[in-house]
This record gives sequence, structure tokens and C-alpha cells, in this order.
Amino acid sequence: MLTLQLAWKNTIGAGIRTWLNVIVLSVAFVTIIGMQGLYTGMLDRARDAMIRMELGDGQFWHPEYDPYDPFALSESHSAIPANLRDAVATGDAIPVLITQGSIFPEGRIKPILLKGIPPEQTILEIPTQSMVSDSDDDIPALIGSNMAENSGLSVGDYITVRWRDVNGTYDAADVRIAHIMETIVQSVDNGQIWLPLDRLHAMTGMENQATLIVSGEGARNITSAGNWIFRDIGFLTKEIDEIQEMSDSSLSIMYFFLLGMGLLAVFDTQVLSLWRRRKEMGTMMALGMTRGMLIRLFTLEGAMHAILAILAGAVYGIPLLTWFANTGFTMPEYVEDYGMALGRTMYPTYGLQLVIGTVILVFITVTIVSYLPTRKIAKLEPTDALRGKFS
Amino acid sequence: MRNSALITIEDLLKSYPMGKGEFIALRDINLQFEKGEFAGLIGPSGSGKTTMLNIIGSLDKPTQGDATVLDKRISRLSHKEAAALRNHHMGFIFQTYNLLPVYTVYENVKLPLLLLKHLSQKEMDGMVKDALEWVGLTDKIDSKPAQLSGGECQRVAVARAMVKRPKLVLADEPTANLDAKNAHNILQMMERLNDELETTFIFATHDEKVIKYLRRQISLEDGRVVADDIVQA
Repeated sequence: MLTLQLAWKNTIGAGIRTWLNVIVLSVAFVTIIGMQGLYTGMLDRARDAMIRMELGDGQFWHPEYDPYDPFALSESHSAIPANLRDAVATGDAIPVLITQGSIFPEGRIKPILLKGIPPEQTILEIPTQSMVSDSDDDIPALIGSNMAENSGLSVGDYITVRWRDVNGTYDAADVRIAHIMETIVQSVDNGQIWLPLDRLHAMTGMENQATLIVSGEGARNITSAGNWIFRDIGFLTKEIDEIQEMSDSSLSIMYFFLLGMGLLAVFDTQVLSLWRRRKEMGTMMALGMTRGMLIRLFTLEGAMHAILAILAGAVYGIPLLTWFANTGFTMPEYVEDYGMALGRTMYPTYGLQLVIGTVILVFITVTIVSYLPTRKIAKLEPTDALRGKFS
Repeated sequence: MRNSALITIEDLLKSYPMGKGEFIALRDINLQFEKGEFAGLIGPSGSGKTTMLNIIGSLDKPTQGDATVLDKRISRLSHKEAAALRNHHMGFIFQTYNLLPVYTVYENVKLPLLLLKHLSQKEMDGMVKDALEWVGLTDKIDSKPAQLSGGECQRVAVARAMVKRPKLVLADEPTANLDAKNAHNILQMMERLNDELETTFIFATHDEKVIKYLRRQISLEDGRVVADDIVQA
């Protein structure tokens, strides 16, 4: 308690030196939380949007299906497995058929994926109801806003689509753009045209076949379907987790520099403080302080910078980060081409773990950095200290 | 050796390594100090006054021989035991006052009491008030050292040394930075405290102003005691 009292007094008494350190540390502290929050928010939103618009409660994949191998698509479709048919019939699971195709916007060929989905489905938050049509001649299609922009398509436009049927024969038809959906999930948008499943069945001759089945809440208990492979959410969002891991390490470097600046300021202050206050240390020793008490006192003085930085960070950081979380951060347009569900505006998410973790990180690193120079005191002779010397 | 002696120094030698050899700061020192003495180690610079004061104050250790202070043999004390001895029984007054700049007068004087750890806030307040009354600084209680004159700073230092009513006060050139008037004021105050509280004062000085007040003058030259005189009032 005594050491704490003295450390507090000395830290506040140091005036501008303390406050400069506190400012640098608190900026580092708030920036780390802000950036990590932005990043976490971005990935959480991406993960959430992917689950709602693409992944459902998991997917059953045809054994040949590989989303990274478009050439495998011609082989990766077959009849819906028997134990999933009931779930499909009741709408608890959605069959999706995927095949390759091409469109010809502005006279150039553009490879695309044709995805067939039942328009009446309610599991994925894709506006598939917009593809409901009474006319047999009309092929309504749903595309994402990026696809529309990149291909120069608007609602009501007709575009010629070419594909290969089940026998490998090329066929073509004009499809009508029934709706353009706004989505941040690029894997349901870029280079894709969604069609009613029965129409795609008819176009390709792949009646009652699917490439994958999206499982809904009502089909959660089904985890196997013949030789089809169940991919749970953990597997399907692995890419995001990998991106997170990768980015965590690159962000760590930035945090290291940010925090490093603050730590350097504290270290510098500690070293200068030890140098300037040698006589004070000698006096303290003459008054009866032990070296251990002095080491604790100086370390605590350094650690006080972290405590003050956390308090100062809270004073301006809480309103700033709350405002940031509410208004979001608008990204430049080009980020939509990244292929990830980033969204134009990103909203940071600050978890308790993030805030407490950062507080602990700042406190521990500052305390360690504060302690390092004070080890010199362990060898300090009182007579040398009183003369203003280090042993 | 008399049992009543507060300090007993026997065959003390203190040397420091210097290059390949050594510098002998004190040699053949044999002294005793009784309770309530107002004594001074006098001599020119380099005669060993401060070294002896540091050994008595357990801030330094003898190379040979020993000093027994309040029944503690200085050469055998650990760092912590020496700190405890200073904490409980000694007060120090320095030439440059050594007040802590960020603390007020009150906090500077209170610091030795905080280190004692067993006193209540009320007890400490009373003791600090008494000490500041002794030195006549009750009106400067909230001032910082930078706001005080040299004489006032040294009075604060005296109050800090006296606040826990130690058995022994060691003063190293306490008037060196003071003008004649302030020096006399400080010395008269110390003399009064010595009379009233029976605190033993040992000075290290070559200042004539101080020497005039000493009741016992121990002259040092080249690390040796060359005279030990009791001065008749």
C-alpha cells in the first residue's frame, strides 16, 4: 500500500513526462482495440452473411464436388440421396445444382456458374422468390449486384446463356434478369446466375439431381447421406478462420510497432528517471527503504503509466469506439472485388475478451518494460546513490 | 567498552580499491559515543568524515574492525537489517537537503513514518505536526521544496530526521549551503532538540559555524583521529 501511494504520488508529480507517456500508450491501446474490433467485426459479419446466404446449417456435398475445381462440376452431380429426400420435400433442406456456363456481355465471352435452387426455399436469405414465374417460356434469373455491374445487366434485361447438358452437348437460351440482389457474400454473387432448379434440371437434362444440399434447421439431425459428404459450418467457414489467423499475425506486427512506441517511451522515462533520481534513491535508502522496495516502487511507477493510459483510453476511447461501432467504416469500392464478404461499410465488434485481453497485454508489457531498467537498483550502494552515482 | 555507549567503534579500517591498489579512507579508529551527545567529526575534505558517518549510519561497511550501533554490529548486518536499523533509530540530514521534489513539506516529513508501517494516520499526523512545530514550519505544510528557501528546506530536512524521534541523527555538512543566519538558526534548533529529546547528534563538518556549537570535536586527518576534545560550555 505504501509503495502504491508513493508510486502514485511520484507518477503524478512527474507531470508532463507522465502525461506524454500516457497519451502515447493510450493511443496505442485504443488503436489496437479499434483495429482488432474492426477486423473482428468484418469477419464476424462475413461469417454471419455467408451462413445466412450460402451455408445454412451445413452442406452435403456430392463426393466429386470441389468448389475450387470447376472441371469437376460436370461429374459432381447425382440424384438426391434417399435419406435427404424427405427433408428436401418438406423444405428443411435445399438441393442446389451447379454447372458451368457462359454469357456474352458486350460481345465477349464470360464463364459463369449456373446455380439451380428451388425458388420457394426459405433456408437461405437469397431472394429466390423473385424467380417464380408462370410462363414456361420465361427463364427468370437472379444475380448479385456485383455480377450485374461487371456484366452491365439490369432488371428486365435478357442475356444469352450457354451451357453443356448432361451429354456434353452445348445448348443456349435467353434468360431474363428477374432481380438483382444486394449482398456482401461474393460467393453467391460474382460470376454466378441463379435459376429455378426445375428449369436448370430441364436445361441440363439432370432431372432430380443436385451438386450439394444445403441443410436447414429441420435437418440438423441428419449428418450422413450415403457417399455424400457432410460439411459442417466449421469446415465451410474454415477459409475465414484461416484468413483471420493469417491476418492476426500481420496485425500483430502492427500492434507490436504501435505498442512498441508506447513501451519505448516508458522505457526511456524509466531509464532517465533512474538516472535523474539517484540521489532520491539514496535518500530513500537512508530513510530505511530496502532495494526490493525501491525496485517495486520504480516498477510500479512505470506500471502506473499503463493504468493511467487505460483510464485515459477509456475516457476518449469508449465514446470514440462506440461511435465507430454505430456508424461503421465505409470502405472504398475496390474492396468488393476481394472476393470476401466484406461489405461496403464495416462495423467493428468489441468483445469483452478483446478489451480485457488488450488491457492485460498493455499492463503486462508496460510492467515488464518498467521493471527491466530497475534491476540496476539491485546493485545500488546507498553511499553511491547519495553521491549521485550508480555502482 | 561501557554498556551505556550508543556507538562503539573498534579498530575500524575502511579502504576502497583504487586502480591496482587501494585507498585507505579510515584507519585505527576507536571511538565511543554516548546517548545525548552533540558531537562532530571535523577535518578537511578527504579526511574520512563522511565515510565514518556512513559507516555509523549503516550505509557502508567497514573493511576491518567494526562499529556497533545500538547493539548492532554494522559489519554483520544484511542490507535489510541495515535498512531496518536506519528506519527505526536513525535520522539523516544532508548538505543538499535531499527533499523529494514532488512531495509537499508535510509528505516529506511524513515519509519516514510511512516506512515504519505500524503507525496510524492520526499518530502520524500528530508526529508530523510536532516536528514541523519544532522547526517552525507549520505555515509551509503544503508547500513543495521548490517553493522554499535553502534555510527552510534544511529545516524540513531536520523535521524529517527528527519526526520519528530517533536515537541518533547523522548530519553531513548540514550548513554548507546556508548563509550564516540560517546556519545559526538551524544549529540552535538542533541544539534545542538535543537538549529536549536527548537525541544524539553526530555531525560531519569543516564549517566553523557548526564547530562552535559542538560539545565534542573529533578531528580527523588522512583517515585518522588526531584529536578528540570535549568542549566546556
